[in-house]
Amino acid sequence: MCDTCGCNITHGNENFIKPGGKLHKTESGKEAVTVLHSLLNENDHTAKHNKDHFDQHQVLAINLMSSPGAGKTALLEATIQQLDKDIKIAVIEGDLETENDAERIRQHGVEAIQISTGSACHLDAHMIHQALHNLDLSKFDIVFIENVGNLVCPASFDLGQHLDVTLLSVPEGDDKPAKYPVMFRKSDLVVISKSDLLPILDDFKPERAKGYLQDIASTAPILELSSKNKQGMPEWIDWINQQISKRKQYLQQHPVTAGNHSHTHEHHHG
Amino acid sequence: MHELAICQSLINQVESIALQHQARNVSLIVVGIGPLSGVEAQLLKNAYPIASAGSVAENTELVIEYLPVKVKCNKCGCESDALPNKLVCKQCGNWQTSLVSGDELLLMSVELEKDDAPKDSPSITSIH
Repeated sequence: MCDTCGCNITHGNENFIKPGGKLHKTESGKEAVTVLHSLLNENDHTAKHNKDHFDQHQVLAINLMSSPGAGKTALLEATIQQLDKDIKIAVIEGDLETENDAERIRQHGVEAIQISTGSACHLDAHMIHQALHNLDLSKFDIVFIENVGNLVCPASFDLGQHLDVTLLSVPEGDDKPAKYPVMFRKSDLVVISKSDLLPILDDFKPERAKGYLQDIASTAPILELSSKNKQGMPEWIDWINQQISKRKQYLQQHPVTAGNHSHTHEHHHG
Repeated sequence: MHELAICQSLINQVESIALQHQARNVSLIVVGIGPLSGVEAQLLKNAYPIASAGSVAENTELVIEYLPVKVKCNKCGCESDALPNKLVCKQCGNWQTSLVSGDELLLMSVELEKDDAPKDSPSITSIH
């Protein structure tokens, strides 16, 4: 996005709209309208709305992404056990089918909303908005959104989250950041999960994964973690606590006013 | 497979622009896609006939402009072309770079046909 006026002219597309560029001329009798809006305008609008919801209630929203079976739910279960009990957690689960993951979370006494996406391969901002209608955000400090297991599609849809965490499990191989640069590039933290398997699957080299992350100019911290033997859990918990305080500090300096959060519809929370 | 959802969003935007300008028909849609947007141009093209069926953009030509990946080095300031999974500075090899272009997913322009369009209708630009 352009720094001067906030429009979407970038080095990549300015050639097309400059005088003499491909998009500048049109046949007579026709009208060319230069738009330069994101194709995901509607989604982004709802995502902003979701973020306003979170901010109004000072709730930190973290989007967890990974391929299927990388250990997102296991990480959440371990997190529920280890996070300070004063920090109130809610979880939004996204899967194509079943309530299995939400059931696992509820067994720990934590409120969980299951979104069944049917055949959709990702969560979008509208689905999160629907879920938020069933969640009383005033009761929580943090909401984890467990996205559909998929390293491709979820990367394109903003949900209104504050932070993206991507899990890369040891059995998947250390070159996943090179294969799926779009998702890993947008991550605020990369967790190398199932680290207890490193001694067995010794062809996974954490250093190599870090090298691939540098190749995509990622400055995200990297955490080796095992939800099973709890290696890396203290660092993960510290990171979450830091992010909660950072968000609270930010909101003290940039308070959300009612005007920031307008509605065209009625909400029925709770 | 998220390209169908994105294509539906594209059609919604085109329909509202056509309505806003009271256009009879949409003759051309140009979208700009960078490799780091996470969207496959060919899949978007395949999804287009399904998403546009019954809309004002049915049978409209869809042109996809491929936008290059470019980075600016945080150390030497050099701007260079890059690969989607190798966003390092070509000049000095530094990995700490900022993306200048390549993650766009934009509806760039639409060409509208109007019933009462004068022969040399002005080109309207609305950049937001």
